Amino acid sequence: MNSLDFSIVLQAWPYLWSGLLFSLALTAAAFVIGMSLGTCFALVQHFELPVIGRVVRGYIALIRSIPLILVLFWFFFLVPIVLGHLGGSGRPIPIGATWTAFITFGLFEAAYYSEIIRVGLRAVNRGQFEACQALALSTFDTYRCVILPQVLRVASPIILSQTIILFQDTSLVYVLSLTDLLGAASKLAQLNGRLVEMYLVVAVVYLGISSAASQCVASLRKRYAIAGTHR
Amino acid sequence: MLQEAQTKRSSDIVVVENLVKRFGRFTALNDVNLSVRTGERIVVCGPSGSGKSTLIRCLNRIEKHDSGRIVIDGLELTDRMTDVTCVRREVGMVFQSFNLFPHLSVVENCMLAPMKVRGLSRPDAHERAIGLLRKVRIHDQADKYPGQLSGGQQQRVAIARALCMQPRIMLFDEPTSALDPEMVNEVLETMVELARDGMTMVCVTHEMGFAREVADRVVFMDRGGVVEEADPDTFFRAPRTERARGFLRQIIH
Repeated sequence: MNSLDFSIVLQAWPYLWSGLLFSLALTAAAFVIGMSLGTCFALVQHFELPVIGRVVRGYIALIRSIPLILVLFWFFFLVPIVLGHLGGSGRPIPIGATWTAFITFGLFEAAYYSEIIRVGLRAVNRGQFEACQALALSTFDTYRCVILPQVLRVASPIILSQTIILFQDTSLVYVLSLTDLLGAASKLAQLNGRLVEMYLVVAVVYLGISSAASQCVASLRKRYAIAGTHR
Repeated sequence: MLQEAQTKRSSDIVVVENLVKRFGRFTALNDVNLSVRTGERIVVCGPSGSGKSTLIRCLNRIEKHDSGRIVIDGLELTDRMTDVTCVRREVGMVFQSFNLFPHLSVVENCMLAPMKVRGLSRPDAHERAIGLLRKVRIHDQADKYPGQLSGGQQQRVAIARALCMQPRIMLFDEPTSALDPEMVNEVLETMVELARDGMTMVCVTHEMGFAREVADRVVFMDRGGVVEEADPDTFFRAPRTERARGFLRQIIH
């Protein structure tokens, strides 16, 4: 252990790569599910729908007050039992670790994205809604063509930082015995005893991807920035 | 009901009867009556808080009135959204703060509603938008974004955007109040041209020069009611009420 030996990393690379791919796939899936569901949640609250608005608010408060790792556990162990009861057989219906991860992360992130979008919706000037009304735009077109595009532009830095957190949180899937990038590295590290090299490489990969994502969004923002706005 | 409709001249495109609008305990409009004939140009003026903006915002139901009737081109404004949408299609509005869509270019601002509401194809909407932007003399800025234009230019785009829906009535809610003084005229000139084309217009404005030049009638409001209605010449030369005289003294100096 007195000198660093990175040749071990080269051998381990295919396994690390498959772990990284899983992390990225999970991030992408959770982002898509979380953003679509989160946008719906935010709109439900924005419209102040009587019953469903309260339900959604309760859901978000609940999710935001418990750790993700606990949600993963619950979902993995409880949902099969619930499904079994609903199905009438009483026997648990397993949904598998991968599906559990995808669905749980999506549902969990939805609460956070929803809060971001809800705040963004409140930041849109009332005049924008009035202009849409005056032009006889339907509610659907108002939100799709005018309001949400502005919200997403304004909120994109916060959405991105939430997504980077999400990417780093994917390492929690180790509790479901799934292997992401960090999981792959730590398994190999245990096997070959090269902990420092393994964890260094993994740190560099996380750093590289996260900062590349930041850079990417910064340049996108420059290109798609609302020209001439000083808001 | 039928008789009542017949007693109204058929050319009245806007009929407001006993209109009341409250914000909480504050009564913004108290028993307002107004009718506008097709092609007529009305200037609504009055001190701030007199309810003039609230009145024209009720005409396309951006504000819901509490009682009374508003009939626009034969359709009464109620909670029936289909009627409200029909009315809004025929009523264009220009706001004090422009309210252009900042994420869309000038020409896209003008194309959105014709495509979504009138069902125009993209090329048709584009052609119409460019035509109307040319009319307000701003077609050379068509691909810029609202934030890159001056206030006067933005307001002219807002006028073009409203005209792209080919409305039968145009409402102006203090269109020059947010502008730097040197930009007021370019907007007023556009509005004068529109008036010459025969557009039915209801303008809330303090621009008395504009009122003299194009208005058929000046409606003076104070404390939520119409205090005086007269042709501009009479109104400016010999206002009947003390409140109107006081108002005119203040804005002319």
